[in-house]
Amino acid sequence: MSNIVYALLGGFLLGIATVGYLYINGRIVGVSGLIAQILMPSKDTFKGSAFWFIAGLVITPVVYGYFYHPQIEIKANVFALILAGLLVGFGTRLGSGCTSGHGICGMSRLSKRSMIATAVFMFAGMLTVYIIHHVLD
Amino acid sequence: MKNIFAFIFGGLFSLGLMISGMSNPEKVLGFLDIFGQWDISLMFVMLGAIAVAFIPFQKAIKNPKTIFNEQIQLPMNTQIDQRLIAGAFIFGIGWGIAGICPAPALTLIGLGHFEALYFVVAMLLGMFIYRVLNKGN
Repeated sequence: MSNIVYALLGGFLLGIATVGYLYINGRIVGVSGLIAQILMPSKDTFKGSAFWFIAGLVITPVVYGYFYHPQIEIKANVFALILAGLLVGFGTRLGSGCTSGHGICGMSRLSKRSMIATAVFMFAGMLTVYIIHHVLD
Repeated sequence: MKNIFAFIFGGLFSLGLMISGMSNPEKVLGFLDIFGQWDISLMFVMLGAIAVAFIPFQKAIKNPKTIFNEQIQLPMNTQIDQRLIAGAFIFGIGWGIAGICPAPALTLIGLGHFEALYFVVAMLLGMFIYRVLNKGN
């Protein structure tokens, strides 16, 4: 039960951050897109809101980590982490979005494109977990 | 000024990920493991975020102006094509392998879980490969 309360509270914060970025910075929060934007830094990178959003995303946990230690467990080995990263990087660019851009912003816009993308990546994720943990294991 | 807000929204976003449990790869894999000990709590992250974001996003569709009266840029593409489906599917496979999507990957680095760097560097490489293969797009 408390898991669900924390999930909801965390979700509210994600929603607030997304709405704030939309109404102040004028863009949707699509984290894979923001990362891609700053992948090739130019003179203007530091003037752009994408850079500062990503900076907040990375630096806040540094501070938070001093006070709290959220439970983190990474079981994937190095090879799995590299393979997963490659697929996530390539796939989010080809499919124009990830869990934030399609999952939160796209669904809130009632975009059919994002609904389909969200359904597809959830299905692929569930299928992958099923194959790794129940077929191969 | 706007960049300070972008930084704060990035920070709120990472807080949301850490509080909700989305930044814990093992928990994400539990959410995707519908045929195992399914941990459905993370479904409420998306529901919470959409509950907050839905009305403001719908308003932004009707009147796409920021509080500074600048244009809000919403995605225009409505095409449901093979790129979208294939991209979302590839992303989902990567998500299912490690339980990490782009925003939590960066949060993990901030928290000092440096094994996530394997994932992040590979993700950047995946985005870079996409860019090289799609020159001009």
